[in-house]
Amino acid sequence: MYVIIVGAGEVGRYLGKELLNSGNEVLMIERDHSICEELGEELGSVFLCGDGCEVALLTKAGVARADMFIAVTDQDDDNLAACQIAKQKFHVPEVIAKVNSPKNEHIFAKLGIDHTVDRVSLVLEHIKLQIPMFPLIHLLSLKDRGLELVLVRILEHSPAAGKAVKDLSLPDGSVVSLILRMGQECVVPATDAMLEVGDQLVCSIPSGSEEIVRTGLSVPA
Amino acid sequence: MNVTIMGCGRVGAELAHLLDAEGHKVTIIDTDATSFDKLPPDFGGVALLGRATDEEELEKANIRQCDAFVAVTREDDKNAMAAQIAKEIFEVPRVICRVYDPLREEFYESLGLEAISPTGLFARLIKERLEK
Repeated sequence: MYVIIVGAGEVGRYLGKELLNSGNEVLMIERDHSICEELGEELGSVFLCGDGCEVALLTKAGVARADMFIAVTDQDDDNLAACQIAKQKFHVPEVIAKVNSPKNEHIFAKLGIDHTVDRVSLVLEHIKLQIPMFPLIHLLSLKDRGLELVLVRILEHSPAAGKAVKDLSLPDGSVVSLILRMGQECVVPATDAMLEVGDQLVCSIPSGSEEIVRTGLSVPA
Repeated sequence: MNVTIMGCGRVGAELAHLLDAEGHKVTIIDTDATSFDKLPPDFGGVALLGRATDEEELEKANIRQCDAFVAVTREDDKNAMAAQIAKEIFEVPRVICRVYDPLREEFYESLGLEAISPTGLFARLIKERLEK
């Protein structure tokens, strides 16, 4: 696969290296000359020094034959511009943008960039995973299915404590797929499995229904 | 007309002044407070410190009541992003953005923006003068 990466910061560089190691053709586009020099020493001639939003430079980079285009600079406006040009002008089949400010994710979606990685939210959810009082944590967004994979904690006084899985009030289309209980092996829950305070549930729920799940399962109303 | 201008550089400040002098309601946004020094002392519009690529800050600037939005910072990508937010999210009727890269002018036009490339425009102007 031919993959073009715009922005050779930490993310871009590690990604580029991994893609190269797995046998792909990679081109990194980076504006900063000193970073380009480092790239050259480290990885050889797999980079182009310049502005990854310039049509002339992208033409030179062969974007038209790229299979995948990934923009991971620290500037959302640059990532948006680069991805829009790659997708709409050069018709690259797969376009992914890093979103630095979580509020921009829906703007990118509205402007035609379907695959985004929201850096701040990812870190935030990972931190919340380590802090026991957070009732609901996003594990993964399956955007093309309209689903979210979440971890729900049954806290003290939770309305779900003492209930069977089948009696839970969950939005339509939700599935409780795993119960994690202290000191026990993970179980795929039977519909009559009883929930206890301290249990953690891995569920897939429809996107946008997080609040219903949070109040219905974990936090007393 | 109610106009919001993003970028208080030479062009932004001059445009704000011209529209204000004709009685239009002008809001100008910039991330640098000192840029507002370029506005004339009798400027009657609103100068707002903020980023126009930020949806919430545009909301604060009453973008919903706007008839036109003009993006003239010195960065093409910022102009294009703000202009698209104005057009697609806030549905501002007229949106004009400056794009220095002449190759991108056509591209943003294809996305429904009114894009103006001063690079191409100015080059053609000079050429015409020379040929006179």
